[in-house]
Amino acid sequence: MIDAPKLEIAVVALGLIILLVEAFAKTLDKRALAIAGLVGLGAVLVATFFVAPAPPTAGVAGFWSFYTADPMAIFFKRFALVTTMLVLILMIEYAPVVRQSIHGATHQSGLGEFFALPLFTCAGLMWMASATDFIMIFVSLELVTMSFYGLVAFTRRNPLTLEAGVKYLILSALSTGFLVYGITWIFGATGETNLARIAPVLANPDVQRVPALFGMALVLVALGFKIAAVPFQIWVPDVYEGAPTPVTAYLSVGSKAAGFVVLLRVLQPFLMLPQIERLLVGLAALTLIYGNLAAIPQTNLKRLLAYSSIAHAGYLLVGVVSLAGPAVGFYLVSYLLMTMLSFAVLIVVSKQTGDRIEDFNGLARRSPFLSFAMLIAMASLAGIPLTAGFLGKFFVFDAAVRQHQTMLIVVGVITVACGFYYYFKVIRAMYWEAPLSTAAIPLSGLSRVTMITLMAAIVFLGVYPEPILKSLRAQTTAVAASVP
Amino acid sequence: MILLFILFCPLLAAALILLGTPARATALWAAGLDLAATLLAFWGFDRAHKGFSYITSMPISADWRLSFTIGLDGLSLMMVLLTAIVLLAAIWFAGQIQQHEHAFYACLLLIAAGAIGAFASLDLFFFYAFHELALIPTFLLIGIWGSGNRYAAAWKITIYLATGSFILLLGLIMLYRSVPEAARSFDLRVLQSAASAGQIPAAAQHQIYLLLLIGFGILISLFPFHTWAPEAYASAPAPAAMLHAGVLKKFGLYGLLRIAIPMLPEGQRHWAWLLIILLLGNIIYVGLVTIAQKRLDWILGYSSVMHMGYIFLGIASGNLVGTNGAAILMFAHGLSIALLFAIAGQVRERTGSLLLSDLGGLAKTMPIASFVFGLGAFAAIGLPGFANFSAEVMVFFGAFRNGAGMDGFHIFQIATVLALWGVVISAVYMLRAYRATFLGSMPERWAAVPDMRSTLRVPAALLLVALLWVGFSPQTFVRLIAPTFRPYLSAEK
Repeated sequence: MIDAPKLEIAVVALGLIILLVEAFAKTLDKRALAIAGLVGLGAVLVATFFVAPAPPTAGVAGFWSFYTADPMAIFFKRFALVTTMLVLILMIEYAPVVRQSIHGATHQSGLGEFFALPLFTCAGLMWMASATDFIMIFVSLELVTMSFYGLVAFTRRNPLTLEAGVKYLILSALSTGFLVYGITWIFGATGETNLARIAPVLANPDVQRVPALFGMALVLVALGFKIAAVPFQIWVPDVYEGAPTPVTAYLSVGSKAAGFVVLLRVLQPFLMLPQIERLLVGLAALTLIYGNLAAIPQTNLKRLLAYSSIAHAGYLLVGVVSLAGPAVGFYLVSYLLMTMLSFAVLIVVSKQTGDRIEDFNGLARRSPFLSFAMLIAMASLAGIPLTAGFLGKFFVFDAAVRQHQTMLIVVGVITVACGFYYYFKVIRAMYWEAPLSTAAIPLSGLSRVTMITLMAAIVFLGVYPEPILKSLRAQTTAVAASVP
Repeated sequence: MILLFILFCPLLAAALILLGTPARATALWAAGLDLAATLLAFWGFDRAHKGFSYITSMPISADWRLSFTIGLDGLSLMMVLLTAIVLLAAIWFAGQIQQHEHAFYACLLLIAAGAIGAFASLDLFFFYAFHELALIPTFLLIGIWGSGNRYAAAWKITIYLATGSFILLLGLIMLYRSVPEAARSFDLRVLQSAASAGQIPAAAQHQIYLLLLIGFGILISLFPFHTWAPEAYASAPAPAAMLHAGVLKKFGLYGLLRIAIPMLPEGQRHWAWLLIILLLGNIIYVGLVTIAQKRLDWILGYSSVMHMGYIFLGIASGNLVGTNGAAILMFAHGLSIALLFAIAGQVRERTGSLLLSDLGGLAKTMPIASFVFGLGAFAAIGLPGFANFSAEVMVFFGAFRNGAGMDGFHIFQIATVLALWGVVISAVYMLRAYRATFLGSMPERWAAVPDMRSTLRVPAALLLVALLWVGFSPQTFVRLIAPTFRPYLSAEK
């Protein structure tokens, strides 16, 4: 049995080792570093199945009062690990593009950092999944954000990337400010930063709620930035378009999932308050409408996926409002699979052509495999049954029906129809249109295996969701037990 | 086991075709085997047995009481038989495919597999999921191999159907949530027994029925949600139109028969007036629109929308005769519209145009095609001897009887009388289409047009024989499907 914090320590150590090796082994093929990272993360993933159960949280002081290893934390640690492994695979495929855009002595300069930074992000994400104290949440969130600063601006010779880096830096710093300010207000109102201890304080009728609510609203602003909820989504399209594509994938999956974990944890003491619920309903409706409508006219696939990521944040928020932790968890898993699959195809294809939708014209003739993979990803994103994406929406809407969130349901039905339009636009380009050239698109074995795995997982979970539901069920009981 | 084979045979064949086996041969063999297996299941079906036969079940999620369960009763057996017949005919009628031949046949097989899966599912989730399986193949079939304004048509059908199915999904979720925790399940049989025990409150039934009516209604092209259908069928390649208009569109009607009638009787009574008004829109308004069409494919597309009105009338009638009529009319309409689209496809292949003013006198050069089309048109109009006639008679009797008394006409009687005029309307446009296409003087350029290939007589005969079989012996099917409805409906009312 392993203590849970050792997992994060292992990941950080792995990142440091890779950096050191990179610094001293000049002649090494840098892709070996990524492979080493993959293997290491895989080992940590295996280790998550042997984690010692955390001591009971009630009344504990010291380390275990702000760090938990409940089933939800373990679930999202695994989520972060899988995401990072997939991102590393995407990065290996993307490495040639990075080389072109780095000044340096050798053609491999810069790759080492490119492969090492995600490991630190991963450690932050894993830590965040366990954080039950506002201070811990803040520190782990910053670890994630810091490493993303570097990653987003990595191919800095590209002006779009530079723009993305600056935008992300400034807006992210601003949202961090909101977060700290909100935490201060909550601390001032309740005298606590620990989530478990805030709830009983708030339940006390003598405590003024307005300052705490104000603080919570500020925290929601910061989290809204992380999960790309409207109106805190301005940065998303530009940053997604400009950042190196694997980083975009990482942002849209890892950063979003982390935001939702924190949201689920933070909302536990607050959700009993109707004001917060109303705020979240408004946020969800706006996010759904804006994300889906703005995606319709997009012509660049990366931007399209950016807006789609906003749209999916809306569906996830519907799940959060409906108090459906397991539904959110399942949705995130399906989102991980289908987003990673679409970015994987995008990276391979855009090396040959570009990342506009028209660059996918006639892909079915140039590479039936890639276009079929994209077809599965788009079908799942749109929510066609027998894919994981459909089940995610199904669970979320079921929860909404249960909670009688009629307004969100109506908005959801309209936006799902929009979604069909813009995801099918990609399918149309691949299958209806004639290709500009007929040259086949080369595909490495690693990418092919990854894509096949992702497709299989999407279809398998779309038909048989039980494995994920089972691990989430443990989480529900844990959450149910912790709710007073 | 045999049902599993019927369901997975087209899926497997589609996979094989995508992996590179000869497309047309594989598809034909798969469709033929599928029909043989279905006939075998039909032959061996135990008519005395109450409930479902050929059940296979595999649990998926204990939490949700979700399982992959398939089985057949009389109604679903009839629908699977319809799918198998039309699939074989559609594949046989597919001509030379210019591009992506493999994908074309795979798409056709996927649509059929989706329909069979939906008809055979005893679990609401898979019932819904299998239908949606057909969405992408339809999009591709119309977009890649379609004609005319195919892009707009493909978008329209996709967005309409996606929206409709999502509204339907909400209705199904609400149905699932409306029964008490103990009886909550996706299994149709469990839900049905809960509904029979009166566990679904009337207020919930009203809401759910409305959602189902709109959701299914969009899929069935219920007026005023019908505008996607004629355009899509006019643009789709003939085999796709055959399968979609003939089989897939029946999914919505099947859903109403399978879910709304047994489980939501209160909702049905509550919304009968709305359904009557909308279906009259289908019969009268769309009927008149059909007369005004100038192209053969649009006439057929609109006529398929119009005939949905009769089936709705049977469903609305709320008694055994009318509902049986509706079910048999689904079968009959599926066969007759498939036949008509097939011949229209043949004509388009040879002349390149379906504008009525361009055509004429083709009976001279295409005698067989014109003979088959004539019989199909007679069936669609509802001449005695064809399945459509026996079904429509039952629908009219059933609907007329609802609430009939000595004190005068109620909404059902008025609707029936108006609907009878629909028969005249369909006679007008069908005969007009027939005359303009096959009779009259022939433009010079069609003089050398060849008749349809002689092998194509087989699928045409298959469809015609089925139509005549049910037309002369409707009791075969009435006995088959009546047990499905008998627990919920009475012959009188």
